[in-house]
Amino acid sequence: MEKQELIDKINGVLAEEFEAEVENLKPEAGIKDTLQLDSLSLVDMVALIESEFGVKIPSNEVGKILTFADLYDYIYERSAK
Amino acid sequence: MKRRVVITGLGIYSCLGKTLEEVRQSLYDGKSGIVFDPVRKEMGFRSALTAKVDVPDLKGILTRSQRVYMADEVKYAYLATRDALAHAKLTPDYVEAHNVGILYGNDSSADAVVKSVDTMRNKKDTTLVGSGAIFQSMNSTVTMNLSCIFKLKGINMTVSAACASGSHAIGLGALLISEGLQDCIVCGGAQEVNPFSIGSFDGISAFSARESEPEKASRPFDRDRDGLVPGGGAATVIIEDYESAVKRGAPILAEVLSYGFSSNGDHISSPNVDGPARSLRMAIERAGIDMREIGYINAHATSTHIGDQNEAKAIHAVFGDYKPYVTSTKGQTGHEMWMAGASEIVYTLLMMKNDFIAANLNFENPDEDSAKLNIPGQRVSAHFDTFLSNSFGFGGTNSTLVVRNL
Repeated sequence: MEKQELIDKINGVLAEEFEAEVENLKPEAGIKDTLQLDSLSLVDMVALIESEFGVKIPSNEVGKILTFADLYDYIYERSAK
Repeated sequence: MKRRVVITGLGIYSCLGKTLEEVRQSLYDGKSGIVFDPVRKEMGFRSALTAKVDVPDLKGILTRSQRVYMADEVKYAYLATRDALAHAKLTPDYVEAHNVGILYGNDSSADAVVKSVDTMRNKKDTTLVGSGAIFQSMNSTVTMNLSCIFKLKGINMTVSAACASGSHAIGLGALLISEGLQDCIVCGGAQEVNPFSIGSFDGISAFSARESEPEKASRPFDRDRDGLVPGGGAATVIIEDYESAVKRGAPILAEVLSYGFSSNGDHISSPNVDGPARSLRMAIERAGIDMREIGYINAHATSTHIGDQNEAKAIHAVFGDYKPYVTSTKGQTGHEMWMAGASEIVYTLLMMKNDFIAANLNFENPDEDSAKLNIPGQRVSAHFDTFLSNSFGFGGTNSTLVVRNL
């Protein structure tokens, strides 16, 4: 999957689940603020990424993924392999 | 009771309707909410009969972060409570500022448990269970969700007492108010409706096998009854201190005169006569009334052979030659279990306010014990101002409420 195609898919999945507008999901934007995630809904995002993209984000790495760009890169690097 | 406790609001989400008016009409018409569910048959159920209760879609009404922690029974209870608060003219501002409590009956959240366990078994990864599972899976799922959504700041607790849960919730709430510890409590009962939650119940042959005639399957007190039909939904009853209800200009519907309770201390599933009779006597004594003031008894009778028989014996033992009308609304609704004690207060108040007693559906022939009671098989026009409502549960838990019209 091309990276832009992957990004579009990630944005679509996140916008649908967290009831956000896709146009607000910009690479430099903070994930938690944009999707209004608290510690519990962050778990749901991790589960969603794992079930939709087959990429597991260990709990000790979740805190390093701050922006959508971080998330796109994380998934792209692991799903491409 | 030291302070008078009144009922100021009702809300209901049941197989008989989703508004008070729909339910009143269904009661009046003798409508049955029972259907045959082919999914249960495919799952190996002995009886695929159930009350039909749709799961409401709350998207657009509540946010994702409010919805994700709600098991199905919470969704029912949310709508019932939203409507009851509006009925009681309790605004969000008033509720947030006035230490309003919640005591709700619930004794399972099996569907959420089964789904999360399935995920753990299949995926071997607890993260995939999701954040909602823990809050959906606990018996207190109704009270933990609704207390947050409605910003309730008083007592916050679930009452788990099998099929008497909803009734005990109202009774315990009334005690807290009468003692001056609370001025207003959201009481009620909720019951999930899905195959997993009642599969084991089906397994002990507790359900009616009259699958060819779903509307005739639940037949409390009838000679030819062959078991109960599972139902569910949610019912909310707002109770308040009389003085504070008057002060805020609340609509005052009725007064909870008393709460009686007892435990059989006997068999886990087979009820006896002594336990329920003690609950009845306690309620009548605490109400401080002559039992002849009671114009109607809403029986627990679930359409099981031994349960209905022993309740009939208990009522007869307590009331003797005085024979008020007795019916069980479960002929129409099936057994709403954890919800029943609350929903039957709603059903009975609707009948009391509209001067009728719904038919004890499918009561065609009495047995030896029900013949001693005054059970109408057809709807009757009747005015009554005081009623008694029974709820009994597994483990021999009994609850009786006496309520008077205001």
